[in-house]
Amino acid sequence: MSTIQDPIPAPAKSMRFGEAGLLVVFAILAFCSIIVAAKAYSASYAFHAYIFAAASIAAVFAIGNRYMDRPAGPVPQEINGKPNYNFDVVKVGTVLAVFWGIAGFAAGVTAALQLAFPMFNFDTSWFSFGRLRPLHTSAVIFAFGGNVLIATSFYVVQRTSRARLAGDLAPWFVVLGYNLFIVIAATGYLLGITQSKEYAEPEWYADLWLTVVWVTYFLVFLGTVLKRKEPHIYVANWFYFAFIITIAMLHIGNNVTIPVSVFSHKSYIYWSGVQDAMFQWWYGHNAVGFFLTAGFLAIMYYYIPKRAERPVYSYRLSIVHFWALIFIYIWAGPHHLHYTALPDWAQTLGMTFSVILWMPSWGGMINGLMTLSGAWDKLRTDPVIRMMVVAVAFYGMSTFEGPMMAVKAVNSLSHYTEWTIGHVHSGALGWVAYISFGAIYCMVPWLWHKKEMYSLRAVSWHFWVSTLGIVLYISSMWVAGILQGLMWRAYTSLGFLEYSFIETVEAVHPLYVIRAVGGILFLIGGLIMAWNVWMTIRTPLTEAERELALAPAE
Amino acid sequence: MSTNPNSSHGRLDTVTGVTTTGHEWDGIEELNNPLPRWWLWVWYACIVWSIGYWVMYPSWPLLREATPGVMGWNSRTAVTEQLDQLQALRAESTAKLANASLQQIEDTPALLTLARAQGRVAFADNCAPCHGQGGGGAVGFPNLNDDDWLWGGSLDQIYQTISYGVRSGDDKAHSGNMPAFGRDGILTRPEISAVAGYVRVLAGLDKPGPTTEKGKEVFLANCAACHGDEGKGNQELGAPNLTDGIWLYGSSKATIEYGVTNGRGNVMPAWHTRLDPTTIKVLTVYVHSLGGGR
Repeated sequence: MSTIQDPIPAPAKSMRFGEAGLLVVFAILAFCSIIVAAKAYSASYAFHAYIFAAASIAAVFAIGNRYMDRPAGPVPQEINGKPNYNFDVVKVGTVLAVFWGIAGFAAGVTAALQLAFPMFNFDTSWFSFGRLRPLHTSAVIFAFGGNVLIATSFYVVQRTSRARLAGDLAPWFVVLGYNLFIVIAATGYLLGITQSKEYAEPEWYADLWLTVVWVTYFLVFLGTVLKRKEPHIYVANWFYFAFIITIAMLHIGNNVTIPVSVFSHKSYIYWSGVQDAMFQWWYGHNAVGFFLTAGFLAIMYYYIPKRAERPVYSYRLSIVHFWALIFIYIWAGPHHLHYTALPDWAQTLGMTFSVILWMPSWGGMINGLMTLSGAWDKLRTDPVIRMMVVAVAFYGMSTFEGPMMAVKAVNSLSHYTEWTIGHVHSGALGWVAYISFGAIYCMVPWLWHKKEMYSLRAVSWHFWVSTLGIVLYISSMWVAGILQGLMWRAYTSLGFLEYSFIETVEAVHPLYVIRAVGGILFLIGGLIMAWNVWMTIRTPLTEAERELALAPAE
Repeated sequence: MSTNPNSSHGRLDTVTGVTTTGHEWDGIEELNNPLPRWWLWVWYACIVWSIGYWVMYPSWPLLREATPGVMGWNSRTAVTEQLDQLQALRAESTAKLANASLQQIEDTPALLTLARAQGRVAFADNCAPCHGQGGGGAVGFPNLNDDDWLWGGSLDQIYQTISYGVRSGDDKAHSGNMPAFGRDGILTRPEISAVAGYVRVLAGLDKPGPTTEKGKEVFLANCAACHGDEGKGNQELGAPNLTDGIWLYGSSKATIEYGVTNGRGNVMPAWHTRLDPTTIKVLTVYVHSLGGGR
């Protein structure tokens, strides 16, 4: 230690309100979790309580260590007149997104194999299709998609507001707290904990935790936008706002449950019968609309013009399609309940608003594609742009297919068939995953101060392998779905069913195999991406890159 | 708002010849392009079509009920109409089958063809999950193709079994049970081992051995009441014939010992609560004609 005193004494370090508050909250949470674990009715719930306890204790230590290590005084908002962006949370979110992506794709491949070859259930309850399927959907939508959305939104809101992310510990609480929710949800499915609501399977305690995380997410995002240095709010941020606010509303509305006991994981939904079904699909469809559409449109609105270095095609179109999209999407849910006990009027409104939604959805496609005007040559030279443009094309295709399938006459054929699965995956693989891959390929070099991804050739390979996978997947499911729909409704001239159910299962078996092959190709593409991301992060900076890294962000 | 270059602080984008709005975020600008015409018109068309649909069909909820729509359509009457159509289509053949006896159906080629056509799908949707496609059976679920019957293979007996099931809880169900001789302490382990060995001898699977005599004693005292002195079974009680080489659960000594120890008693549902009498008739004829009908 130096014996020379600093001429200016360092300001005394004191704990910030957030640090002290969170320390107390996590200490209490750890204590309560252990009590719950001790008195839990089921081993699986006790396991979850222990996870909460462990995470809380880890949080206490992390906050304490961080306090000891950090400099005194507030975090500078600017360095040399340039915003001091908080990109560490974005980095963590990005890496977690890649990890969960691989996990989710692998779960999907396993589920596809189980449908084609039941032996892949491995004769255990844990990995049976009924548990693996929600694991797959949650892993890809909420773990992969959610981390992509959180990471990109924290990146985009800072860059387009020219302001550091609001909050000190709050952004970390959002990223890590959200991933704790993912762990609770995923392990719960494997252990058989579910409230049996599609895309809303986690039980009450996981839902409560997510609510707290989500409100914090909203406050961090809002706080950052409020302290922006730009006169206007960029269109991507409107979409992120719509996504965050509506998901909060949907999540709370669809999870009004009453727990059996604090010591039990089981809860019962307040709504019953067809009201519950209506709430469920109001939630389910708007999860598609505001999570998988609005959120990823926000990604499109930043990363495509940024990568193409072209202005957004039409400001006016972005306003009109934004407001039309959010006002109309919220009505479309009942089309999931055609020809059920849902009253006819609700079915009619669900169907017609789905049709009215077609053009507002396409507004995003037009704005995305036409932004490329003057830069179409980049499709040939830049595989990242190619990936994002194909994403927008798939977006356009799915948002045409969706309203079409919402029309009752079409729905009477397509409902309950594999066509729905094909439709979902043209949106999920083609649109959501591809725009996410594009954003990751843009953002990883930006975050780690690299000129470009480690290998653009690998990006190109990822693109072609996974595109082939998507084509195999959706075309096999189209054929399977229409085949099922037609076989189910086939009557003999005497008025009796032409086919038994099991014959329709036999008929689609080859298509299930093709679908599994498509899924495997998509997974291979994801692995190529993970390798590429890893290599990009690991490769040491070049001299020019190092200079860039040391300079504060523009 | 037109693309007037003087209206804002935007610049002219030389690539497209359109001005920007003058906003800029992190290097991203926006062009002042108008809404695409075709886009707007297709959207209007969708809205007009929807309004037309609202007029025609039940749509907007009011205080007491929703607007009914000028077509007078609702899903309840639509389903009823479709079911009526189906009934009309089926009426002729259903009436023929409903009015004929099981024996008449089987003796009349036209009716038999009709019954088998309907029976094939009814069997696949209702029976095949346990009895297998084509009635081949599985461990614990009888094969319906052979002429070995637990509860009788005549038309009337099959009709009775399908209608009321086996140990289904229905008053008229077949209800015989194989007792759990071991679990309930009726027989000791050596006795069970001996009787299982004797059953295999009865079935011609093994040659007599040192415990065969003891096994026979146990058999006559405990098993013969249902399975008969010679193990030929009794269809009144659903007791299987043990000598015909057909085994519901398997013929290994361990399997037989397990059955004697723990008893057997699989359930077949009573289908009369789910299927109409004509469908059960059709299924009866179908099963009877699979190859083993008596």
